[in-house]
Amino acid sequence: MDIGKEQLIGIFDKMLRIRAFEQKAKELFAGQKIPGFVHLYAGEEAVAAGVCANLTVKDYITSTHRGHGHLIAKGGRLNEMMAELFGKSGGYCKGKGGSMHIADVELGILGANGIVGAGQPIAAGAAFASKYLKTDAVTVCFFGDGASNRGTFHESLNLASAFKLPVIFVCENNQYGISNHQSTAMNILDISDRAKSYGIPGLTVDGNDPLAVFEAAKEAVDRARKGDGPSLLECKTWRHHGHFEGDSSFYKKPEDQTAWLSKDPIPRFEKKLIELGILDGPKVAALHAEVDKELAEAIDFAERSPYPAVSELLTDVLA
Amino acid sequence: MSTLTYVEALREGMVLEMRRDPKVFLAGEDVGLFGGCFGQTQGMFAEFGPERVVDTPISETAIIGLGTGAAAAGLRPIVELMFIDFVGVAMDELFNQAAKMRYMFGGKAKVPFVARMPAGAGFSAAAQHSQSLEAWLAHIPGIKVVMPYSPADAKGLMISSIRDDNPVVYIETKTLYGLKGEVPEGEYLTPIGKAAVVREGSDVSLISWGAMVGTCLTAAEQLSKSGKEAEVVDLKTIVPFDLETVLNSVKKTGRAVIVHEAVRTAGFGAEVAAELAEKGFDSLNAPIVRVTAPNTPVPFSPPLEKEYIPSAEKVVKAALGLF
Repeated sequence: MDIGKEQLIGIFDKMLRIRAFEQKAKELFAGQKIPGFVHLYAGEEAVAAGVCANLTVKDYITSTHRGHGHLIAKGGRLNEMMAELFGKSGGYCKGKGGSMHIADVELGILGANGIVGAGQPIAAGAAFASKYLKTDAVTVCFFGDGASNRGTFHESLNLASAFKLPVIFVCENNQYGISNHQSTAMNILDISDRAKSYGIPGLTVDGNDPLAVFEAAKEAVDRARKGDGPSLLECKTWRHHGHFEGDSSFYKKPEDQTAWLSKDPIPRFEKKLIELGILDGPKVAALHAEVDKELAEAIDFAERSPYPAVSELLTDVLA
Repeated sequence: MSTLTYVEALREGMVLEMRRDPKVFLAGEDVGLFGGCFGQTQGMFAEFGPERVVDTPISETAIIGLGTGAAAAGLRPIVELMFIDFVGVAMDELFNQAAKMRYMFGGKAKVPFVARMPAGAGFSAAAQHSQSLEAWLAHIPGIKVVMPYSPADAKGLMISSIRDDNPVVYIETKTLYGLKGEVPEGEYLTPIGKAAVVREGSDVSLISWGAMVGTCLTAAEQLSKSGKEAEVVDLKTIVPFDLETVLNSVKKTGRAVIVHEAVRTAGFGAEVAAELAEKGFDSLNAPIVRVTAPNTPVPFSPPLEKEYIPSAEKVVKAALGLF
């Protein structure tokens, strides 16, 4: 395995950070501190953390409505993220975007997105720019199983393949488009099968295993950096909560929920790292303590940040 | 000055900017080897090569997405939809993505790209290849919309659009492609957001954009024979709309006829009329009237299409009805 100890701890740390952020977001939404919609990423942390461990700040990602995990994995700062969820002026978007529109172009985060599948053509465009400018940057496009049924998926994968663009399409298959199980929306089991239509590699991995995700993503990222074009990577996973907060997910079978919770990527990876002698109890506790501290700071930052002045309504429409 | 056709002028705008700025590229269906469906990009493939004049798959969604993503990542794309009628296929990329990125991201993104869209009737191209959809696009905060009439502005607005840091929809009117006019040589910019009085007159203002400016100029000559001097205002830019020039003209003439080729209901003329009524009411000596296409799809058969497109005669009749 071509991965160092520090990188393994880094992936684990990102996963903890995402889970803790989502837990706090859940509580703060319930406590009416966060307006609007919140779509939690809890359960899918191994995908964002495993993929983004292959990226640098120069690489791009496009994200989704369930985007907090991608943003944290790509280096998004918790203070500005939390303040954005609150709709405060100290947020990433000065409170104008909210959970579904957080972006940090400086970090290569081209935005979460409220439209399912909309990141795909934008990712192709960003990858086109990297190829045109002859940098070795790649773009990772995160999307769900539902988005693979959009026309954007077909147009973007086809164009990216025809132009050999440095983009990795990462499908987080959590098996549900809101309440609709994959089996009602498509007649295939593995979304990666669709790669064949575009003449690009397609691979399905256990999306709750960060190392499997890391290795598969590494191959795809290396391929893209070398100029060999796009790949489609499907990561099978499970969202622990509803589609958004307020959705009880009554449509999920209890036995499925139980089975998948037993495959929760975080305790699984923790056990593995302890077995490998990379972490031990006190080290894990120290990581948790640091994450908790940073989150407390982020919430404090968000609480103290003022709401945007009403004059902000009219700014930033045009450059 | 040199005499160029409208299509030569808009091409010259693209070519000059591509020579000046390596970050500018052109992408669309058949823009490369083929040179564009109406020859708009002839010679550009030979000069700039396939890396900068990019033939795309028939994927309008991906084309507008390509422009949006590449612009957000630092380039200045020009993308072409072969006909404005195809924008429905790519509307999400335009109105939910490109147009809103800057605002949603709190002003921290720049999306500088030009989406060229040929528009207009007059070729019996029927209902899906002939529309004027500027009002649709004008309804979306976050994009600019330009619609040149003269060859000089075809070039000047092209260069301004490419240099603008926002998504700009550049609507080129197909019936104008062969129109000849004097075009300043070299770097020439028409400011976005500025209308112009293209014929002075004291009795009635004919307010228009795109091909209908020509129709209004013809109407003005006919009105002159009836003893009424019409002032013709070419909006040039739909968004942001230069209300001041329109108000100043109506202050002088006291009468306003708004002429557009798009269908009547919720056309951009309604917006011009509403602003004029709100802010220029005291200048008006007669009701504001509109001359537009009817609320129908664009017909195929030549006599029907001729009836569909507003004519100089209809403009004259509407104007004379105000006295």
